[in-house]
Amino acid sequence: MATEKARTQTIGAVRRSFAPWTDPAATPLIRFDNVVKRFGEFTAVDHVSIDIYEREFFALLGPSGCGKTTLMRMLAGFEEPTEGRVLLAGQDLAGVPPYRRPVNMMFQSYALFPHMSVAENIAFGPKQLGMPKGEIAGRVAEMLKLVKLEKFAQRKPHQLSGGQRQRVALARSLATRPKVLLLDEPLGALDKKLREETQFELMDLQMDLGMTFLIVTHDQEEAMTVADRIAVMNNGVLVQVAPPSTIYEAPATRYVADFIGDVNMLECKVESCANGDVHLASSVTPAPIEIAQSVEANPGDTAWLAIRPEKMRISLDAPADMTRNCFTGEIWDIGYLGDLSIYHVELPCGTPISRAWWSGRFPGKTRFSSPSRRAPAWS
Amino acid sequence: MPMAGEKGSGRLIVIAIPYLWLLALFLVPFLIVVKISVSQDILASPPYTPLLDLSQGWAGLKDYVSQLSFDNYFYVLSFDNEFIGAYGSSLVIASISTVLLLLVGYPIAYAMARAPRSIQPTLLMLVILPFWTSFLIRVYAWIGILSQEGLLNQALLALGVIDTPLEILNTDLAVYIGIVYSYLPFMVLPLYSALEKLDPTLLEAAEDLGCPSARAFWLITFPLSLPGVAAGALLCFIPAVGEFVIPDLLGGSDTMMIGKSLWTEFTVNRSWTSSSAVAVLLLLLLVVPIVIYQNIQARQLEAGK
Repeated sequence: MATEKARTQTIGAVRRSFAPWTDPAATPLIRFDNVVKRFGEFTAVDHVSIDIYEREFFALLGPSGCGKTTLMRMLAGFEEPTEGRVLLAGQDLAGVPPYRRPVNMMFQSYALFPHMSVAENIAFGPKQLGMPKGEIAGRVAEMLKLVKLEKFAQRKPHQLSGGQRQRVALARSLATRPKVLLLDEPLGALDKKLREETQFELMDLQMDLGMTFLIVTHDQEEAMTVADRIAVMNNGVLVQVAPPSTIYEAPATRYVADFIGDVNMLECKVESCANGDVHLASSVTPAPIEIAQSVEANPGDTAWLAIRPEKMRISLDAPADMTRNCFTGEIWDIGYLGDLSIYHVELPCGTPISRAWWSGRFPGKTRFSSPSRRAPAWS
Repeated sequence: MPMAGEKGSGRLIVIAIPYLWLLALFLVPFLIVVKISVSQDILASPPYTPLLDLSQGWAGLKDYVSQLSFDNYFYVLSFDNEFIGAYGSSLVIASISTVLLLLVGYPIAYAMARAPRSIQPTLLMLVILPFWTSFLIRVYAWIGILSQEGLLNQALLALGVIDTPLEILNTDLAVYIGIVYSYLPFMVLPLYSALEKLDPTLLEAAEDLGCPSARAFWLITFPLSLPGVAAGALLCFIPAVGEFVIPDLLGGSDTMMIGKSLWTEFTVNRSWTSSSAVAVLLLLLLVVPIVIYQNIQARQLEAGK
């Protein structure tokens, strides 16, 4: 128990200090250099440049059709970029066929060979690379152990559960020890509980193997959980590349703020902006809004204020300090979720319904009968 | 429980209809053929004996059974007659034709399955298009193409490829051409349906794991298309063994096929009994591949679960 805890702490420590992207001397393992991919008239990937470093767990996040899968397929070699270059360890991959790239992919559908047993599926890659027979058997055994499927070696894919198939697909793509493992929506077909477990297993695996993982997902929680850095994409354009905490706390655009997590958006006017202190005015509240966020803005600009629901406090009585960062509103609905409750609050002056999460303090719905006039304050 | 009974009888009727159909139009006629095959020829109408006289009751049936004989089978299976040779030759011609059909049909089916989705229905229709013309007329048309003064010879002579016309019509080669041409849709369609179902990401996965696409064909595509290969091969092999029209119209006098022999036995020798025996033996011969086919299908269903 104690050692387990110690190990987790070490991993945590390693993770915290792992940030090669901040080191200007570090050379990236994978480099997307101004990559454009067009399918006829449609631009799937629009001038994207990303550097991904060795041992990094990197997530490409975005809604379906945003170009994230196309970007990954260009690294795997299934698509060639229309413009720009894809480099792996400094080598331009243009014209290198998929079977010569030291990059393996775990497919969303798993793409297990249905006519081969689990062991044969895992042995497929090593066999293609011309590994000696004895070594292949050793590698297959090692991979089966890694994904805890030793007992299922002789089963055919159709005799396995969804979770087991996912493990076989993972073992198969790792069996050739690729430089980079690409995961295309790897957990999409699993149920929520199994998905969460597998996310942590993937993280451990990536740490233990010391490999570079590139995951494509539309699930922001999944990306936040597993990745060292997240690249948020929309309509083929790269919107922001940053560690999960930065993406969440300091989203670069309205789109990122809205896409990651729940958020309340309010249109404001910039009153003053100095020394990282921004003063905003909004029609929804007479009180001024002050935030400490380094934003470049001029007085008079229109700004969007994004407030995370969990950063708000709700109280029945007006807070003592009503001079800044507070709103008055009417509670319309309360959704009780156990660990937290979702409050739907309507602000006056026809403002859209705002959401607030709040946990504890008021057990149940008894104290608030909706609709009732209350003051949600944000600080 | 009465509800279940009602439901059961409804289901029974639905299931019974095709079985009654098969019983009336396949099993009963077949039993009549079996019955004739164990009778003896006479010059009368009907031209065989004994006849079952049910008005005599039990005695009539006993009388009937005691007169049955298997002489016709011994006659058909005797080496003095042409039948064994014709069975053998039919099997050989059908086997070679099936291999040729696979060689021609597989690339066609593969190209169809790989074609853009939007044109696949058109390609499919083109494969079925020949059915809009009668089979017999299409085989006759080949006479016009393959004969000494036919289209093919004239074209080759005009191009200077050959000096003297090729003798193709009335040879085994013409029979192969005829069978391959006529049966091609039966080979292409099951192959296409097997190849079309193939998930293209499997090939991507193979390529991703270091397997060039040519090798991926033999390791992934071909093994997974085997049910289609089996279905196509049997759909072509079984009718090809009993084929009569093609060897009769395109084949030579020395082309031996069991369908032709049966026809001669029935129309020229006028022996109902021995031609019935030929037919029964042919069916027994073909039951073997049919059973194999059904086994494969059952296994497929099992695997698909």
